[in-house]
Amino acid sequence: MDAFIHQVLAGFATGGIYASLALALVMIYQATHHVNFAQGEMAMFATYIAWSLVTAGMPYWGAFFLTVAFAFVFGVVIERVVIRPVENAPVLAVVVVFIALLVILNSVTGWIYTYTIKTFPSPFPAQPFFGQRYMSSHEIGAIGVTLVVLLLLYAFFRFTPLGLAMRAAAQNPDSARLVGIRVGWMLALGWGLAAAIGAVAGMMVAPIVYLDPNMMGGVLLYAFAAALVGGIDNPGGAVFGGFLVGVLENVLGAFVIGNELKLAVALVIIIAVLTVKPSGFFGKVHVTRV
Amino acid sequence: MTRRQIIVLALVLIAAAALPFFVTNYRTFQFTLVLVYAIALLGLNMLTGYNGQISLGHGAFYAIGAYCTAILMDKYGVPYWATLPVAGAICLLVGFLFGLPALRLEGLYLALATFALGVSLPQLLKYKHFEHWTGGVQGIVIPKPEAPFGLPLKPDQWLYFFTLAVTLVMFALAWNLLRGRVGRAMMAIRDNHIAAEAMGVNNAIYKSLTFGVSAMYTGIAGSLGAIAIQFVAPDSFNIFLSIVLLVGIVIGGLASISGAIYGALFIQFIPNIADEISKAAPWAIFGLFLIGFVYLMPMGIAGAIRMALARLMQKRQNT
Repeated sequence: MDAFIHQVLAGFATGGIYASLALALVMIYQATHHVNFAQGEMAMFATYIAWSLVTAGMPYWGAFFLTVAFAFVFGVVIERVVIRPVENAPVLAVVVVFIALLVILNSVTGWIYTYTIKTFPSPFPAQPFFGQRYMSSHEIGAIGVTLVVLLLLYAFFRFTPLGLAMRAAAQNPDSARLVGIRVGWMLALGWGLAAAIGAVAGMMVAPIVYLDPNMMGGVLLYAFAAALVGGIDNPGGAVFGGFLVGVLENVLGAFVIGNELKLAVALVIIIAVLTVKPSGFFGKVHVTRV
Repeated sequence: MTRRQIIVLALVLIAAAALPFFVTNYRTFQFTLVLVYAIALLGLNMLTGYNGQISLGHGAFYAIGAYCTAILMDKYGVPYWATLPVAGAICLLVGFLFGLPALRLEGLYLALATFALGVSLPQLLKYKHFEHWTGGVQGIVIPKPEAPFGLPLKPDQWLYFFTLAVTLVMFALAWNLLRGRVGRAMMAIRDNHIAAEAMGVNNAIYKSLTFGVSAMYTGIAGSLGAIAIQFVAPDSFNIFLSIVLLVGIVIGGLASISGAIYGALFIQFIPNIADEISKAAPWAIFGLFLIGFVYLMPMGIAGAIRMALARLMQKRQNT
């Protein structure tokens, strides 16, 4: 029983990370109906920046916020420069551009930082909190950080004029443009926010999976699964899906199918959701008129 | 085919047949891989270029073909040439079965599902209960075929000719398939599936069959690739293999048979050149080329050549 509780709680910790990345995916999907295959590599690249800053002697939280800011700018720039020209292109062209971004970021990181695995520091103490033995302090900390990010995002979209404008631009670009919202810039901001959330996820997952250019491959897959389970156009659903997938992955990996087949869990979830209930638990059901 | 096309084709064939007598063994081996990639790209192009179903996980079918051949040769002592039809048939079946649920997925979602397949594939191949057959992380080493009937050819040369023969058959089949009724139906589904359905094209059958045939092509390529490289291991079939295939069809030219050859040459030789800059450079260059082609030359090299030829002809007519 102890082992089971431990796995479930560890699942919540990784689930929070998947939830963040899934949220980043959903934000971009809501605004543009594209799935960003490069989301994981963008997060990975940002995590390397954080690593450089920490190694250069910067205190962890300073490096953390600087990296988030960098990731935001990076996301905006990518949207303006790379994604803009294919905004209305066919799906295949968009997918190809995302894949191109994925491999470019992956190889440039490998080029700059080499492919050797690096350790990434955790900001939380090595001793578990409160003298309990179920969760390491990093796991608790990662959940905490995820929840803070969620709250901030919720507050931003719910209570600020800019958040409202971004929601309007995503929901109804034409009307939004008519009331004076600069829809193009809202999309770019959305990309920036998504990249910033991804960077947080990257920095939280790096102490667990270690830092290497391919570290986000698996995480991205779970994030896809999470986003789909919750309904790919529903941010709350993505968070729910993230925690669900995290727990499922850990429990199934530990007790049912073994750790080597963990990624297959994501594959099965993705295919099952897409074929059985493409709108996920909370997504909108799309009816196309023929 | 026009007379000019026949002449060009004959010249290309003569050049291809003469090639192994003029280059080193290693180059011959590389050109064998070009042919292997060309078959795989043709398969993916049927699915993505002609039928409009995006696959980011075709490396999976390549891997299944490769493993079929390796297991049959290693465990059952089947001769290498006899493994090709088996690998093709298995991939046809697996592709068809994967294509059935894929029917419900459009564009982006199919890309997602196949991407997941591509990413999780190495783990599936390493699975310990399959280890008895797959050799786990170590993979399987298979012997290199010698030239039969006492032909005075080196093994590399023989393998090249064997692959060339298979390639010719596969291309001829694909050409016949794509220019006729079936090919038109596939393209109609790509361009407007509702209109195609209304015209009496059975979307479900065509889409899943295309998936199957496409997987079969890629699987046969995988099995030829395994024979050429003489080795299969899970980590050589990661997501980047699937992405290489995508790079090949985008750069070679979507919905074009000759594009498969240009794409194969590109993905085989560009990394060799780029490797001299840095180990990571090939992928950065692939990525830049991908973006560049999507922006500037969406029909790929084949499309650019077609356009250049058309302009040339027009000029000649005007003068």
